[in-house]
Amino acid sequence: MDLSVKRESLDTMRVFDLAKMPLRDLNSALHAIAPGANDTNFEVVNPRGSHAVAVGIDQPVTVEVRGSVGYYCAGMNDGGAVTVHGSAGPGVAENMMSGTVVIEGDASQYAGATGRGGLLVIKGNAASRCGISMKGIDIVVQGNIGHMSAFMGQSGHLVVLGNAGDALGDSLYEAKLFVRGEVKSLGADCIEKELRPEHIEKLAELLEKAGITDVKPQEFKRYGSARTLYNFNIDNADAY
Amino acid sequence: MSYHNPYTPPRKSATFDDYTLAEIRRAAATGIYDIRGAGTKRKVPHFDDLLFLGASISRYPLEGYREKCDTSVVLGARYAKKPIVLKTPITIAGMSFGALSGNAKEALGRGATIAGTSTTTGDGGMTDEERGHSQTLVYQYLPSRYGMNPKDLRRADAIEIVVGQGAKPGGGGMLLGQKISDRVANMRNLPKGIDQRSACRHPDWTGPDDLEIKIMELREITDWEKPIYVKVGGARPYYDTALAVKAGADVVVLDGMQGGTAATQDVFIENVGMPTLACIRPAVQALQDLGMHRKVQLIISGGIRSGADVAKALALGADAVAIGTAALVAIGDNDPHWEEEYQKLGTTAGAYDDWHEGKDPAGITTQDPELSKRLDPVAAGRRLANYLKVMTLEAQTIARACGKNHLHNLEPEDLVALTLEASAMAQVPLAGTSWIPGKGGF
Repeated sequence: MDLSVKRESLDTMRVFDLAKMPLRDLNSALHAIAPGANDTNFEVVNPRGSHAVAVGIDQPVTVEVRGSVGYYCAGMNDGGAVTVHGSAGPGVAENMMSGTVVIEGDASQYAGATGRGGLLVIKGNAASRCGISMKGIDIVVQGNIGHMSAFMGQSGHLVVLGNAGDALGDSLYEAKLFVRGEVKSLGADCIEKELRPEHIEKLAELLEKAGITDVKPQEFKRYGSARTLYNFNIDNADAY
Repeated sequence: MSYHNPYTPPRKSATFDDYTLAEIRRAAATGIYDIRGAGTKRKVPHFDDLLFLGASISRYPLEGYREKCDTSVVLGARYAKKPIVLKTPITIAGMSFGALSGNAKEALGRGATIAGTSTTTGDGGMTDEERGHSQTLVYQYLPSRYGMNPKDLRRADAIEIVVGQGAKPGGGGMLLGQKISDRVANMRNLPKGIDQRSACRHPDWTGPDDLEIKIMELREITDWEKPIYVKVGGARPYYDTALAVKAGADVVVLDGMQGGTAATQDVFIENVGMPTLACIRPAVQALQDLGMHRKVQLIISGGIRSGADVAKALALGADAVAIGTAALVAIGDNDPHWEEEYQKLGTTAGAYDDWHEGKDPAGITTQDPELSKRLDPVAAGRRLANYLKVMTLEAQTIARACGKNHLHNLEPEDLVALTLEASAMAQVPLAGTSWIPGKGGF
C-alpha cells in the first residue's frame, strides 16, 4: 500500500508554516475538523524540531510534515495519516488509537509507547524502548531498534527488519515481536517462539501495510512471553 | 539466711515486639513480603499535634451561622481555559476502578457531586458510570496508561499527571490476578487473571524537562482547556513542587505517607516517604519563592480526617485537600456492621487492609459481583456527601473562630504546636513559646 499522499489531494492542502505561525494554530485546526469534512489534507513546513506536532487528531485527516519533529509527534492519533519527511524525537505516536504514522527517517526513544491501535512505520532506526508498554499498536521498523524495546508490551505487533538491542521484550505480556536480524539479548520472561502459519500470515499483512515488498515473512524469528511472571511467585524473584 | 530471687515479670523486647516477631514468622513461613492496602499505620507527627489559637483581644471572631465564611476554591486558573470551581476545598483522591468496585466508584462520584467537589479516576481508566455520576471528574494520567485515551481526556474536567503517591513514592503497583474481572482486564488490555503491574515511572518521559513537554502535549491535545495537576508523593516537597511549577503545572497535588494505596508492600508503606505534616511548608515555601503561591494551587492529601485537619492544612498554605481512605470509610469501608465477616478473614473492623485480595465484606475494594452488590451507591454517596459537608462546616467553625471570612485566610500565625517535632515540621511555635526549632531565637 502506498502511504504517500495522492497528488490530487495536494490541491486542497492547507499549509502551516511553523516558522511563521504558532503550533497552536495547527493543532486547533486539526481538532476543528468535523466528521465527514472534505478539507482534511494538511502540510506542515519548517517544523524545526517542534514538540507535539499534530497531536490529538480524531478525524481521518492527512498530515505531511516536511522536516524533523521533536517529542510526541502524532501523540494519541486517532484515525489520522501522518507522515514525517524527516526524523522524529521521543515518543512519536505515543498512545496512538488508530490511523497510520510514517517516519521517513529515524525515531528516538519510546516510539509508539503505550499505543493502542493503528500502524507506526519507521523507515530508519528506532532508539531504545521502542513499543514500550504497547497495548495493541502495530509497529514496523525497517532498521534497528535499541535496548529495552517492547518492555512490558501488552498486545500488538512489533516487526523489526534489522537488529534488536539488549533486553528485548523484558517483562513482556502478550505483544508479539518479530525480528529479522540479530537480537543482542532477551529481557526477563521473553523467549523465542515458533513461527507458525498464522504468524506468517500476520507478518505478510503488516509488511504489505508498511509498503515493504522485498522481505519475506519467513525471514523473521518470533519472540513472546514465557508467561512465567504472570502471577507472582517468590521463586521467580531472581528474574528481576 | 537463704536468698530468694524475687519474681520479675517476663519482659518483652521493645525492639522485637509481638508484631515484629509475628512478621518474622510470617515471612519465614510464606517466603513473601506482606502486601496490603491503606497508608502508614505507624504513629507520625500529624495535624493532631497542632492547635488553633482562636480569636482574642487582638483578633475578633466572626459570628457562627451568621457571618459568611467562604469555602470555595478555583483550581487551574494559571493556564487552563476552563478552571475548576469547587464549593468546598475537600476533593476525592484518585482511586481506580479495579481496586474499587463499580458501585464504590459511583458512590464517590455521587457524594462528591452533592457536596460540590471533584472526584478522581485511578489506574485503570475512566468508566461511564463514574463520568456520569461525577459533576467534576479529574482524569489521572498514570505511568501504566491503563485505559488512557484521548476521548476520555477530552471528557474529563482536569488531568492529573501522577508521578507518585504518598504511600509509595518511587513505587509502582500490582493489581493481583484475583481482582481482574473480564471488564477490568478489557480496560487494561491484558488477559484475565494475571497480575497487572502498574509501572513506577512513565514510559515516555523522564525528568522535569521532559515533563514540561509532556504537559504541553496534553494541553495541545485538549486545546488548553483542562487544568493540569501534577501529583507527587511526599519525598522532596520543596524541589518536586518547584519542578512541577517550572514544568507548567496548574495544580500540585502532594500526598504524604498516611495516604492510602490499593496494594503495596508493607515495608514500602511504612518506611518510604514523609508524613503529610512535614511536606506542606516546604511545598508552600517553593511556591512562595517562585511567586506562585495561590496562582498554582496546592492540594494536600494523606491522613485528612476532619474539618480540623482541613483547616490546619489550609492554614499552613494549602489551597485544598484530598481524601481517599476517609472517603472509603464514609461509604462503608471497615464498618463494624460486617464484624463477623472480618473475623472470618482473620481481622477486625478498623484493621482490615487486605484490599488487594478482593474479599472486602463491605463490597468496596472488590470486583466480586455478589460482594459489590452489598454497597448501595445512592445511600453510600449520601453518606459521603454528609461527611464532606460536616468537614466543611467544621473547617468553617474554626476559621470563624480565628476571624477569617474565607478558609484560605487561615494562616500559620493561627497555629501552635504541641510537640517539638510538629513545631519543626509545621514551622509554627511550640505552644506557649515563640520558639520554632530550626528557626533560631527562643
